[in-house]
Amino acid sequence: MQVNENFEPVIVAFCCNWCSYAGADLSGTNRLNYPTNVKIIRVPCSCRVNPMFILRAFQKGADGVIICGCHPGDCHYTSGNYFTRRRITLLYSMLDFLGIERNRTRLEWVSAAEGAKFAAVMNQFTEDVRKLGPNRRLEDLRCRKQ
Amino acid sequence: MQRIGVFVCHCGTNIAATVDVKAVAEALANEPGVIVSQDYQYMCSESGQDLVKAAIKEHNLTGVVVCSCSPRMHENTFRKAAAAAGLNPYLVEIANIREQCSWIHKEIASATEKAIVLGKAAVAKVHLNTPLTAGESPVVKRALVIGGGIAGIQTALDIAEAGFEVDIVEKEPTIGGKMAQIDKTFPTLDCAACILTPKMVEAAQNEKITIHSFSEIADVKGFVGNFTVTIKKKARFVDETKCTGCGLCTEKCPMKKVPNEFNMGLDNRTAVYIPFAQAVPKVATIDPNYCLMLKNGKCGVCSKVCSVGAIDYKQTDRFVEQKYGAIVVATGFNPIKLDKYDEFAYSWCPDVVTSLELERLMNAAGPNGGTLLRPSDKKHPHTIVFVQCVGSRCDDEKGKPYCSKICCMYTAKHAMLIREKYPDTEVYVFYIDVRTPGKNFDEFYRRAVEQYGVHYIKGMVGKVSPKADGKIDVQASDLLSNEQLHIDADMVVLAAAIEPDKTARPLATMLTTQMDTNDFFTEAHPKLRPVESATAGIFLSGACQGPKDIPETVAQASAAAAKAIGLLCKNSITCNPCVAHSDEMMCNGCSSCEKVCPYGAITYQDKEFRMPDRTTAIRRVASVNPAVCQGCGACTVACPSGAMDLNGFSNSQIMSEVDAICK
Amino acid sequence: MQEAMIKRAKELLADGTVNRVLGWKKGEFAYDSTPSVFETAEELERDFVCNDFTQANLSKYLIKESRKEGKILAFLKPCDTYSFNQLLNEHRIIRENVYVIGIPGGPKLDVEKIKAKGISGITGISKDNFTIKIETLYGTESMPFYEAISEKCSNCKSKKHVEYDELVGDEGDILNSKRFDMVEKLENMTSQERFDFWQGELSKCIRCNACRNVCPACTCENCVFDNPKSGIDQKAAADCFEEKMFHIIRAFHVAGRCTDCGECTRVCPQNIPLHLLNRKFIKDINSLYGEFQAGADRTTKCPLTDYDVNDCEPSIVHERGVE
Repeated sequence: MQVNENFEPVIVAFCCNWCSYAGADLSGTNRLNYPTNVKIIRVPCSCRVNPMFILRAFQKGADGVIICGCHPGDCHYTSGNYFTRRRITLLYSMLDFLGIERNRTRLEWVSAAEGAKFAAVMNQFTEDVRKLGPNRRLEDLRCRKQ
Repeated sequence: MQRIGVFVCHCGTNIAATVDVKAVAEALANEPGVIVSQDYQYMCSESGQDLVKAAIKEHNLTGVVVCSCSPRMHENTFRKAAAAAGLNPYLVEIANIREQCSWIHKEIASATEKAIVLGKAAVAKVHLNTPLTAGESPVVKRALVIGGGIAGIQTALDIAEAGFEVDIVEKEPTIGGKMAQIDKTFPTLDCAACILTPKMVEAAQNEKITIHSFSEIADVKGFVGNFTVTIKKKARFVDETKCTGCGLCTEKCPMKKVPNEFNMGLDNRTAVYIPFAQAVPKVATIDPNYCLMLKNGKCGVCSKVCSVGAIDYKQTDRFVEQKYGAIVVATGFNPIKLDKYDEFAYSWCPDVVTSLELERLMNAAGPNGGTLLRPSDKKHPHTIVFVQCVGSRCDDEKGKPYCSKICCMYTAKHAMLIREKYPDTEVYVFYIDVRTPGKNFDEFYRRAVEQYGVHYIKGMVGKVSPKADGKIDVQASDLLSNEQLHIDADMVVLAAAIEPDKTARPLATMLTTQMDTNDFFTEAHPKLRPVESATAGIFLSGACQGPKDIPETVAQASAAAAKAIGLLCKNSITCNPCVAHSDEMMCNGCSSCEKVCPYGAITYQDKEFRMPDRTTAIRRVASVNPAVCQGCGACTVACPSGAMDLNGFSNSQIMSEVDAICK
Repeated sequence: MQEAMIKRAKELLADGTVNRVLGWKKGEFAYDSTPSVFETAEELERDFVCNDFTQANLSKYLIKESRKEGKILAFLKPCDTYSFNQLLNEHRIIRENVYVIGIPGGPKLDVEKIKAKGISGITGISKDNFTIKIETLYGTESMPFYEAISEKCSNCKSKKHVEYDELVGDEGDILNSKRFDMVEKLENMTSQERFDFWQGELSKCIRCNACRNVCPACTCENCVFDNPKSGIDQKAAADCFEEKMFHIIRAFHVAGRCTDCGECTRVCPQNIPLHLLNRKFIKDINSLYGEFQAGADRTTKCPLTDYDVNDCEPSIVHERGVE
């Protein structure tokens, strides 16, 4: 596959307010770098992430989507991330089934204390998506940037 | 038409050093709906806030976007500022360009570009923000404590002390719980009854406390601050208001062969009974399974001897409805049943007993009046073997996976008490580990070993077999010396695992609280909210939340009381307005949302609707109680029709952020 | 069978047990039939049909019909009873207003498979053991029965009725079907091959919404794709993304609720094997969260509104199969 050196992927990260968003803040507080490609959307809980949001992101030109939530058992709402885990496992499996590259989607548990993990995950994910190149399989041509 | 103001903060150089704040303000000024876009040194400062307030007033803003630090830092600050300027606080959005931008990036061009994208997302979102009002819900100034053991009693006393009415519901005829059955307490060895019974009396005499003994919870409705609870007062066939507790009926009752639960079935009681001398309330109860009058209609002795006419054979279960602001669960524990442990011969050998049975055997008010005798032949035992972890830390389905926590300490206590009272008795303790964390606990255990000469052997007992001569062969392995042992014991004491009371599971369902796989109630946060359940207004006290000894139970009981008092002190509670709501016109009534709600905030109603074809139809639709909903959003994804949405994080708001980031 | 059904329906109408009958109405051709409500014995005699082509799952009609005045008789095949049960689980059907007669299921025939043999001008079809005889304007043709079996019946999962008031004919068993074979075949392809397969299939979609409208799990009062507020309400088949979005979301919305009745594929005018999307979810649910059959009973929780603390992580998708 041809790798375009100048390709800058658009990456949407959904972070739960209580753990992962705070973890992202912590990686900022500790000045831990990760690429500017990652843009975070705050949600109350990872279970708020509707599969529609993920598809919408790909439609509008995202090259990768990552969901971050509290570790299983640590959900602020006790059970939210357990539902997330089932839903997202099935959704990612379906996207894989439809031939969408696996490395465009990811789910990670990041606690409020894991600033370093947050940065590491984002660095790794951005690299994985960069290697895949632009999202072509799940895109809406009308939304392509001119 | 939206009139949005954008305020970009320099945060000194925290943001401005890596993000060209002027460029951000200029770029965002061109976004649709933005009519003012400014930057400032410190937006969170007094003068920064004034800038925001002035702009809101001057431009009659309908939305505010602050590009600054994390909303976790100053979202509230700017919401308050907006409210002070007359703008609904929920029309403020924060773009996090410090923690999630300037602090993690080094290159100005790309960091600025990212800050602009984050700002655009916030602007796109604020377009769809709606004014939200935090609702208020009144608080009923009365608490319910479910369970009248030491946990429930302590919680009730503390709440009453703060001046609130509190009801204790206890399923047994008396309060006191497990602690009333215990002989001495570790690590001080003071007598349990001496410290418990005064508290029981105090609870009974406190005019703020109402005790519903021999009662159960039949139904719970409502939500934090406003629960409606139906209490089932089981028929005890004795008028509580008349009975003086003289005990004459229990003396004269001809039915004397009823296993005495209080003494763990080691002796008998009568069909009409008072569980123990210090019972509270000290009122007799007739056991309908044994009472000759209730069974066959022939006897009536108790009625004849009762001088106050308290006996009422026609009494039936009564139901009392009461409103409460807070509920504390204190349902406690029980030792597990050991009928599956054939290897310990518990089911057929009377001299193999559980630790709680040993408590009764050693208790002065117990079946032997405090002299330790073998249940089989009433002879003094000379060799006693204790087996630890029977059913605790167990991988198979017979036992429990967790550590029951209290057994190591009470076994050390038993061993010590026996060695002290009967120095001619040899005591062996078989253990996996000895766990003694706690103040003065390890010192206590060491005293048992060093001072009292208790034989602690690391290893498990494989088989217990009663022999013809009355001795019990205990076959075990000593793991440290790697030897097989045979001990001729007179008695074997099993430290049975403890489990939550069986009534806890149906109660959790009624309360819509969470339980773990072992049926212990789950706390709202394992570290930071240990006495609250995830359901608002429901608190946890004692061993219903996990195995606990008495000091821990009392500490947690008081903590739960403090939390309940904190709630009862309020006249009303402010509800988080970022809650779910269902669009009734779209709702199918399929119940998917209800099944994922951890708080039981969703209920269904049959409502009449005017349909587009001008007919009326009755449809089942969901409605969310905003006082109970915590706003997680699980329901919004479970809902296939999109009828369920979340204030502050609506589908369209999140989609607009997605669009702004991806375009 | 048809005669026995009409006889029983007339009895129940006559004794007032029901005031309507939900069944299939004869169409213009021998292989045509339309779900229909009958109110009189005469209508039943004249129009009621149940033959090798009456495939339509009637359970979805009961959402509206069970809310009307009086009780309705519904003839349900084994697979339809699963849908019926699932709708009861979701409070969509009022059980008291329905009298269910379980009737034997297929295998039903798909006229398209007959036409695909080049047979046209069909005037009548009859069955003789393992052969079907087709009367056409141009003479009599024949073909093996099994070659004409419809997709939904070729991998039948169960011949057992899970909910009924009475049965006509004998009760069957749950079958050991090979319904996941095609899903497995796709799973074993490379990512690019899978993409090409689905690109080819889904690009045929004309967004007619037949799959959604026939689906007994798609019972929303107002579908998200028709709701301007949902943000995904576009309908134009202007871009292949639309079809993917539509079909992924639709499959996701019915995941854990789809009984695998196969109606979506049956009605698709473009012959897209839509059931494979649903079966992929069913297969995943079975393998990851334990065997689950939507509609099989009234108590088991839907796997998507349930969880286990020891559930696998989504990374399992990366760990298995081929990229």
